[in-house]
Amino acid sequence: MAELLGFPPQVLFGQLLIGLINGSFYALLSLGLAIIFGLLNIINFAHGAQYMLGAFVAWLGLKFLGVNYWVALVLAPLVVAAIGIAIEKTMLRRLYKEDHLYGLLLTFGLALIIEGSFIHFFGVSGQPYSVPAALQGGNNLGFMFLPTYRAWIIVASLVICFGTWYMIERTKLGAYLRAGTENPQLLQAFGINVPLLITLTYGYGVALAAFAGVLAAPIYSVSPVMGSNLLIVVFAVVVIGGMGSISGAIVTGLMMGLIEGLTKVFYPEASTTVIFLVMIIVLLVRPAGLFGKEA
Amino acid sequence: MKMLKKLMCSAIVSAMAASTAAQADISDNEIRIGYLADMSGTYSALAGPGGLEAAKMAIEDFGGKVNGKKITIVSADDQNKPDIGANKVRQWIDVDKVDMVAGMVSSAVTIAVNKVVEAKDKVSLVSGSASSSITNQFCTANSVHYVYDTYALAHGTGEAVVREGGDSWFFLTADYAFGHAMESDVTEVVKESGGKVVGGVRHPLATNDFSSFILQAQASGAKIVGLANAGADTTNSLKTAKEFGVVQAGQKIAGLLIFLNDVHSLGLETTQGLQLTTGFYWDRTPETRAWSKRYFDRTGKMPTMVQAGIYSSVTHYLSAVKASNSDASSAVMAQMKKTPINDFFAENGRIREDGRMIHDMYLAEVKKPSESTGEWDLYKILRTIPADKAFRPLAESKCKLVAGR
Amino acid sequence: MTTQVLNSSTAGKTMSKTKLSFMILLLVGLVAPYAIYPVFLMKVLCFALFACAFNLMLGYGGLLSFGHAAFLATGGYITGHTIMQWGLTPELGILVGTACSAAMGFVFGKLAIRRQGIYFAMITLALSQLVFFLYVQAPFTGGENGLQGIPRGNLFGLISLEGNLAMYYFVLAVFVIGFSVIYRTIHSPFGQILKAIRENEPRTVSLGYDVDKFKLVAFVISASLAGLAGSTKSLVFQLASLTDAHWHMSGEVILMTLLGGVGTIFGPIVGATTVVTLQNYLSQGPLASWVPVILGLIFVICVLLFRSGIVGEIQKFMKKNFN
Repeated sequence: MAELLGFPPQVLFGQLLIGLINGSFYALLSLGLAIIFGLLNIINFAHGAQYMLGAFVAWLGLKFLGVNYWVALVLAPLVVAAIGIAIEKTMLRRLYKEDHLYGLLLTFGLALIIEGSFIHFFGVSGQPYSVPAALQGGNNLGFMFLPTYRAWIIVASLVICFGTWYMIERTKLGAYLRAGTENPQLLQAFGINVPLLITLTYGYGVALAAFAGVLAAPIYSVSPVMGSNLLIVVFAVVVIGGMGSISGAIVTGLMMGLIEGLTKVFYPEASTTVIFLVMIIVLLVRPAGLFGKEA
Repeated sequence: MKMLKKLMCSAIVSAMAASTAAQADISDNEIRIGYLADMSGTYSALAGPGGLEAAKMAIEDFGGKVNGKKITIVSADDQNKPDIGANKVRQWIDVDKVDMVAGMVSSAVTIAVNKVVEAKDKVSLVSGSASSSITNQFCTANSVHYVYDTYALAHGTGEAVVREGGDSWFFLTADYAFGHAMESDVTEVVKESGGKVVGGVRHPLATNDFSSFILQAQASGAKIVGLANAGADTTNSLKTAKEFGVVQAGQKIAGLLIFLNDVHSLGLETTQGLQLTTGFYWDRTPETRAWSKRYFDRTGKMPTMVQAGIYSSVTHYLSAVKASNSDASSAVMAQMKKTPINDFFAENGRIREDGRMIHDMYLAEVKKPSESTGEWDLYKILRTIPADKAFRPLAESKCKLVAGR
Repeated sequence: MTTQVLNSSTAGKTMSKTKLSFMILLLVGLVAPYAIYPVFLMKVLCFALFACAFNLMLGYGGLLSFGHAAFLATGGYITGHTIMQWGLTPELGILVGTACSAAMGFVFGKLAIRRQGIYFAMITLALSQLVFFLYVQAPFTGGENGLQGIPRGNLFGLISLEGNLAMYYFVLAVFVIGFSVIYRTIHSPFGQILKAIRENEPRTVSLGYDVDKFKLVAFVISASLAGLAGSTKSLVFQLASLTDAHWHMSGEVILMTLLGGVGTIFGPIVGATTVVTLQNYLSQGPLASWVPVILGLIFVICVLLFRSGIVGEIQKFMKKNFN
């Protein structure tokens, strides 16, 4: 095969595809963060911990209750969303009047508590979770061997991301949500239960994180610290996309995955850092992010 | 009022510290051992809590006392971070009057701790770390490297793989002291045997996703993908390699440091046929079986070579303290170096001047599922690597303690 | 963020009270090493200085930096490197380390101070991640192994710092100097303008002050002192490692400041002492693995109930009952 830019194409395409898979996770996680930020104005630092919770609920369910992967894919987000709703009702709610930074600090503390407890009980080394039987094996694409499960990740996350986008941009519920982001007082005056809307939004954002966690369980081992380093990257993605922008989060998530993959071809050591570099450049040139509106 | 509170606070702090200081006063009549290891992380299964149990067994088997003086043990989790490990050991020695540090897994931690132990003139018995640099350029007169090292692994597993035709290598290397030492020791072996290294990637300790590295390994066209990592990093690499069909595509994987617990947790289906070098296997002789059975009864797991080595090294240390009737490092080290080690772990083992304990190593192969008769029946021993072949000869040593250097 | 603004009529009185408290603290500091393990005390002092430096930015400048670990680590690495490779004496090594942190603070500041609130926090976080990457890759830091065996050396080439007591008094002196710089900064006209910016930025602009310049200077001072803390710490423990550069460290210093009291002069000292003591004593016992959980709980409780921290709450209590 001919070489592209001095690199054999299987390396280039392979890494780009892997990047797209990682980007799917970024998209799912940053989408949740963006929705939460849009309506609650809170940077949810517990997002990584909630992603980890999703994976753990799936793992615990399989181990102790025999709940299989497909059921876990629905059940785990619901369980974690319930926990998230409890957090919102008892704690986050008290902070809406305060500086937004307090929301960040509170969720940072929560993340420490959740991750710390899981480390105490399970240690940091990962727990194995096997790929469901229907998705085992893979296909040889010529330039690389693509495991079926990794292909499924791209499909599943794209479907969920697009579905969420459609719901927010094209349905009545989404219209309320957008109205709540713009002017909650006015929306309240129209007789919409805004506090409930806020609670459900937080629950949905958290559920997205948990869904990503279940998706990740079979390929990254299930470990209490799986979310903490990923989270920082996802923050950067949200900032690049423009805080609170739904489509911005999805597109940027996938794009950053690709950029990361590309970096792995040329300068692998920098692959974890390139996103932060992009973020700084974007903020200097377009302070509100690529898809954000100037405040 | 504010001042009063502040004073009270500081009084509480000083009281807390004073209580630890008071304990330290009687430590002269005690043999105090500090057990330092990764207790909850990537490397916790190969030493961790199991190693602590082995050290406690050694103390109990010694009767809990040496020449009428009580033996006590404290333990800490170094989280594989050199700063945490070194600070902990510094405090152990300064405040708790610890005489000897045992365990130690991550090579980066070990090198940092050994510097503290040397400065404070105490003793360290390294059982978990692999890096051969611990008794080479970083050697100290206060440390013993007990179980195995990267030189032994390279000359065991590495040589065996090259001999079977694996003459082009690609490395997945953990990016710290151990990984670097492992890679360079194997590279030496590969080059000596006429093979070549076509490339490699370095990944941070405790990496989550190996897919892009595996992809690079596949693209490299090397016959052998050498895993210069350990613990969860190795098991994750193997899992990802299986997912991406590395072996079906015609490449072979060489796990350069694989422990019994890794094979046990991955299962024989995934690991069958892997060749590995080990310093100890539970099912080798009647003595190894007898000791391992006792260990199994306490922990519910068979010991790794590190856990067995911890028991053996602590026992050897206590015997030396008993014989020299002293816990001063120079006396104990001299006694340990002049006494050969003969127990379930080693036959005619001895500690060289550079601190390297040399003993026979074994090249083993992971059994096929059909060959295995039980949960822990995992290896067959292919051959013994004699002690004088297994470790770096003193003639090649860069250690400052070796005569003529 | 919410803080106590000193009432101008009571400012004089509070100042003398602060001075008295400081003298008492200093006395305690002078005798403490005879009762408490000096290395532990030195750790407390280094983190107290780090938290005080951070507080200058958050408490008095109103800007939450999520990247202060970068300065701590830079100080440590540069000091360690210059002492080991160039054979500098400890005080010169510390000066060079601090200067490098100051320079890095200038760069961070230039890029970040135009933004506020969450954006400021995110930019500083991103920048400190870049620095972390630099230190993982750069050969002089020793990567994951860290810089090990940094000699404490002889102060001015004369006084050996190898002994823990000598080292302790040196660290105490460094702390007092650093703390005085912060104290002077806060109580100078410069500090007053800084507080004015925090309370009402547009108003300060309308009074004709170049707000960005003030913020930048404050940021550089904060960064240098964080670097000073890191430099000193690397001498105390004789090693510099990636732990100091990790973003968790940036989170920890926020916790210390928040716990002690944001915007109070002694708050960060109390917070740092509490956190370091907790970590140190809990890490030995059966609660060892619960340390992060306990820190997390403190975080949550502080945010929900005691937003002004230990010292802040005490001050509030005193004001209510004794004024």
